[in-house]
Amino acid sequence: MKKAIIALEDGTWWEAEAFAGEGEIDGEIVFNTSLTGYQEILTDPSYRGQIVTMTYPLIGNYGINAEDMESYCPHAAGLIVGECSRVPSNWRCDRTLPAYLKENGILGVHHVDTRSITLHIRSKGAMKCVVSTTDLDPGSLVRKAVASPGLIGRDLVTDVSTQEPFAWKSTDGDPAPRFRVAALDCGLKYNQLRILTGLGCQVQVFPAGSKASDILATRPDGFFLSNGPGDPEGVPKVVAEVQELIQSGLPTFGICFGHQLLGLALGGRTYKMKFGHRGGNQPVMDLATGLVEITSQNHGFCVDKDSLDPDLVETTHINLNDNTSEGLRHKKLPLFSVQYHPEAAPGPHDAEHLFSRFLKMMEAHKPAA
Amino acid sequence: MGKRTDLHKILIIGSGPIVIGQACEFDYSGTQACKALREEGYTVVLVNSNPATIMTDPETADRTYVEPITPESVAKIIAKERPDAVLPTLGGQTALNTAVQLAKDGVLDQYNVELIGAKVDVIRKAEERELFKAAMAEAGIECLRSIPVRSLDEVRAVAEEIGFPIIVRPSFTLGGTGGGTADNMEELLRIAGGGLKASLTNEVLLEESVVGWKEFELEVMRDRNDNVVIVCSIENVDPMGVHTGDSITVAPVQTLTDAEYQKLRDAAIRVMRAIGVETGGSNVQFAVNPENGRIVVIEMNPRVSRSSALASKATGFPIAKIAAKLAVGYTLDELSNDITRETPACFEPTIDYCVVKIPRFAFEKFSGAEAALGVSMKSVGETMAIGRNFKEALQKALRGLEIGVDGLDLKAEARVAGTPDIEAGLRLQEPNRLFRIKHALKHGLSVERIYELTGIDPWFIDNVAQIIEIEHEILAAPHGEPLPRDLLLRAKRDGFSDAQIAALYSELATEAEVRAQRLHEGIVPVYHLVDTCAGEFEAYTPYYYSTYGQTDEARPSDRRKVIVLGSGPNRIGQGIEFDYCCVHTVQALRQLGFETLMVNSNPETVSTDYDTSDKLYFEPLTFEDVMNIYEREKPEGVVVQMGGQTPLSLAVPLLKAGVPIMGTSPDSIDIAEDRKRCRQLLESLGLRQPESDTAVTVEEAIEIAARIGYPVMVRPSYVLGGRAMMVAHNGDELVPFTHAAMRASPGFPVLIDRYLEGAIEADVDVVCDGKDVYIGGVMEHIEEAGVHSGDSACCVPPHSLDPDLCLEIEEACGRIALALDVRGLLNVQIAVKDGIFYIIEINPRASRTVPFLAKATGVPLARIAASIAAGKTLHDFGLTQRRASLDWFAVKEAILPFNRFAGVDPILGPEMKSTGEVMGIDTTFEMAYWKSQIAAGQHLPLKGAKVFLSAKDNDKPWIVEAGRELAALGFALIATEGTANALEAAGVEATRVGKLAEHGDSSILDFMHQGDLSLVINTPSGPISRVDEIKIRSEAILRSIPIVTTRAGAKATVAAIRYMQDREWGVKSLQEYFSGA
Repeated sequence: MKKAIIALEDGTWWEAEAFAGEGEIDGEIVFNTSLTGYQEILTDPSYRGQIVTMTYPLIGNYGINAEDMESYCPHAAGLIVGECSRVPSNWRCDRTLPAYLKENGILGVHHVDTRSITLHIRSKGAMKCVVSTTDLDPGSLVRKAVASPGLIGRDLVTDVSTQEPFAWKSTDGDPAPRFRVAALDCGLKYNQLRILTGLGCQVQVFPAGSKASDILATRPDGFFLSNGPGDPEGVPKVVAEVQELIQSGLPTFGICFGHQLLGLALGGRTYKMKFGHRGGNQPVMDLATGLVEITSQNHGFCVDKDSLDPDLVETTHINLNDNTSEGLRHKKLPLFSVQYHPEAAPGPHDAEHLFSRFLKMMEAHKPAA
Repeated sequence: MGKRTDLHKILIIGSGPIVIGQACEFDYSGTQACKALREEGYTVVLVNSNPATIMTDPETADRTYVEPITPESVAKIIAKERPDAVLPTLGGQTALNTAVQLAKDGVLDQYNVELIGAKVDVIRKAEERELFKAAMAEAGIECLRSIPVRSLDEVRAVAEEIGFPIIVRPSFTLGGTGGGTADNMEELLRIAGGGLKASLTNEVLLEESVVGWKEFELEVMRDRNDNVVIVCSIENVDPMGVHTGDSITVAPVQTLTDAEYQKLRDAAIRVMRAIGVETGGSNVQFAVNPENGRIVVIEMNPRVSRSSALASKATGFPIAKIAAKLAVGYTLDELSNDITRETPACFEPTIDYCVVKIPRFAFEKFSGAEAALGVSMKSVGETMAIGRNFKEALQKALRGLEIGVDGLDLKAEARVAGTPDIEAGLRLQEPNRLFRIKHALKHGLSVERIYELTGIDPWFIDNVAQIIEIEHEILAAPHGEPLPRDLLLRAKRDGFSDAQIAALYSELATEAEVRAQRLHEGIVPVYHLVDTCAGEFEAYTPYYYSTYGQTDEARPSDRRKVIVLGSGPNRIGQGIEFDYCCVHTVQALRQLGFETLMVNSNPETVSTDYDTSDKLYFEPLTFEDVMNIYEREKPEGVVVQMGGQTPLSLAVPLLKAGVPIMGTSPDSIDIAEDRKRCRQLLESLGLRQPESDTAVTVEEAIEIAARIGYPVMVRPSYVLGGRAMMVAHNGDELVPFTHAAMRASPGFPVLIDRYLEGAIEADVDVVCDGKDVYIGGVMEHIEEAGVHSGDSACCVPPHSLDPDLCLEIEEACGRIALALDVRGLLNVQIAVKDGIFYIIEINPRASRTVPFLAKATGVPLARIAASIAAGKTLHDFGLTQRRASLDWFAVKEAILPFNRFAGVDPILGPEMKSTGEVMGIDTTFEMAYWKSQIAAGQHLPLKGAKVFLSAKDNDKPWIVEAGRELAALGFALIATEGTANALEAAGVEATRVGKLAEHGDSSILDFMHQGDLSLVINTPSGPISRVDEIKIRSEAILRSIPIVTTRAGAKATVAAIRYMQDREWGVKSLQEYFSGA
């Protein structure tokens, strides 16, 4: 086992051991409280630029399988866990977690008190971090962490988004498409597309840098704005195109980063949270019904719900833990978005019905044939 | 929406005595519910027949009925109290069954009482298989292929359709009593026959076997707005086929991907909605095929359960408390999470540690019972441990189990090393399975092969292999130098105890040496918080576990503080009574301003509710684990006298390590435990004891017995609950009994006492402050000496002992207490023969009878004793009189688990076998005894029924008297040849039946089959019972026919029947008794 050091910009550091790969990485250190779903988390593009600490200490137990990929490759800069299982055990497993990380050149470290790391982030906030197996001098690593770029104002979306538009293939058993959806890929998760096609949508995926006019030219029935990594204020051009898209009056549904883009496009502000929400147990209340959903979340930035014009935009969902914005709806346009992940993967399926809501919206707006 | 304002008074039904399948988890949940509802301003009425509970403390509810939990009894309470609602979901299956029957009987309608928590149709849908299957089919959830049957003809008809092996599951029974797996028709008919009898509804389910599939449980909560959360997921290490109560279980789920786990979550929520549980907690069990992930739902319990108690302790989420609040109308989002304070209860706990639960068995107590596990639960207790990895949690749990292993150590393997065929051993479903896996791995079997043989997931088996690897590294460590620091640290992180390491490494031969090196290297545990949220939010509830990590959250205060040691897993001889005493100790010390630190490893208990103490350390009760806490916290002292033998046995090692022991000094404890010192003390006080001596060899034992004179009592040193204790009537019996006693306590002398045949026994509990003495009560046993005091019914005040003799006994106990300088509790066991009393045993600690006495007399002895240990005096409590004077009688009756152990002779003896107790209280002894029998499930007949009598020659004189009285009371007598002759000689008519040996099955069993028999009085023929008499007694147990096996029991039973023939019994709350109303 190779020794590794995890060092933070505030001078704190921990000793660990590498279980996959070697070298040196930097990124923002965050923690995720999900008990299961490390494969989906690793392959979620929203984690681009981040070093993920799993609070549950036993990771890798069920290995990696071919079906649960949320994108074309793992995106997290690194993975920190308590103990990586040396054997995987599951009927769908086709390789081990360490093997998968190695294949993709991602550093994984373990045998460290991840609760210690989590408590530190909770009290001091997410911060810049370096993990290294080559430089074992904590002082040097702390300096490197300070010098690393960080997330604020940075465009990570372009890194993860598709370069070319493509049509998502439906799978056997999907119903015949009734709607055509244009999905803006800011770092989308495959399960969003699986659910849309499963409900009867034909989905055309566009690069994040696409012109609104090019998308509108394909005459979709609705727009889907995906999740994605980093700071929404780091992509002003995308915000501008989204503004144009929504003025078309077509039904629009945003998730996570998509929610933040809509918040900005509707004149609101976003801000960086202390350490964000990452996990599968966040309670969100639908203010219209008073019902609570247990949701899957992964975000470090948030829409300031007081920054939105109350005549134009309504806050529809709030997080019961900290009262932050979890959903909005335009009062005139057919537009809604949520900060959390109704597509789950990983996490509970409580909010999957929101995709149906989007379909109903498209139904209502589709000109009678 | 808030709570309902149309309800004012709520009746909570408890779960009654501790039995296998229903233990102190329901005291934990019921106590939480009482507190939660009173906090909301509701008047809470409680019924529970179990006096050894915190919930029946008069402060817990507004009105506390220690009365039988039967529909008849609860109907009386409803008629008297007129509650607005009944909450039946916190008292286990007992409460649920009682509520269903009350609804069927029309009692709820008659008094306009609403069932809250679960309606009758919901309970039926969850409990009755056909309804359950239909509901699941409608919800699109797969169940096992199964067919309910009501007769053996139906069994024959449908068996082929399902295909062998077939699992038999009876409806409406505890812990699957009467169930089993059948491989062929013959077995099926036998098991199904038993199941049909055991089922309250005479219904069993025949089900396709999924033996070997993975088994999972989800704990679900739902509120009236249809918000649903999963509190905890649990994976069974033992696959399907072993009852979940008997399985080693782990939280959270370890071997499912998120996609698979979410399928279970979705299914659990659909089950909840399909069954229609509106509010509260439920448990849903699933089987998953490890080959392809096929999911089937096994069952759901629409109530809190053993698993929900485990889930509460595993996550910090108080399921019972929240369930009670949901039942009165709150929604999850309206309730806050106590632990984080800021966040709502409407969330799903997430954890950052691994939790392992291991059951504790008691097969050694039941000679003749096979130590086999199956679908019927057999374990009597459990221990839980928390670690940062599975190995750590597993090894902590193993040493917390107190079965003589220090982890998954060399001693553990040695237990199975004798099995010649390792593979055959692995196929057995029995308590040593985990040890067999380790043994097999060390003998070169592959993980894969062991998986094939056991069905235990390879992930768990590999973790055992990892433990072995560390073991090998330690064994191979270079000698002549200290154990490498890195290796020591890794071993500690994987849960190795100091003692376990010492056994592997000859350079550090003792636990103390390992400990010294460890401390020298600075390797000490840190304490992490159990906070429901994996550290995401700040936690305020101080609930800790140890691990070898980096951040210590223990935050010791500078307050005056005390550690209270709990009693670990329940076992026969050490159960809820001791947890009760620990909780009272904590309450007393908190009241006196101490910070109280509770240490315990039993997840079922009130003591491990994070609300009970100022700080909870969920840790094994071993020297190492306690010392670590002591050194971190530096309290003023440690209380060891309240939790039974477990903490008591730590007293001397702790004292030697410099830890102050509170209360009675360890030296006084030693005087009481050391036979010779004890004898000297009693002699100096002029008190009589039965002659006795100690033997280290069989020859010595023979010599001593001859000197003392037969019969003699033979028992091992240092065991609780009469383990391997027997009465030898002659030399032939003495030899094997002496060997058994030597095996039970190896290396210690065997104790041989004169056995006072036919003596009356009594227990006396005393509180002493060193200056004054308070007699908690003299409890006269119903059964004569020779029956373990824990298994004997007893009565306070004494119902037959001469009052002057009682005064003498009290005076003697007082002198003993003062001579021992007791600062707290003292229990003295007395035998009275021919008007003379003998001191049998003295124990300067909390006894099993302390909670019973507290409920019988209204004086909270444990709380007072704890305060005295902290410096208070009896005078401070106004206890200046020497004893309570009672205008009523309270009878404690023991509950025996014979219905779980086929083939075991259900008779009483010196070895304790009972799991729990009930109390009957009323103004006369007869009525109190009657109630205690009803509460214990012995439904004594009043008139017009048939009674079977059979006794050995010695017993004939009194059984004839019993027969005469019963005949006079209008009962028809049936007797075996000899007994019938004796009866007829005395002019009492009896129908003769043959013994089984003479007439095959056409005998007394026929009367039982026909349901004609309402009482059996049958004494064992000798020290070793004949097969036929065991069969008769077992059959009576199986058919719930009241059975009496002792002279004194028969006497009390006949007296109670006579007394009750023209009387009705009423119900009265403890508050009414104690206020003199």
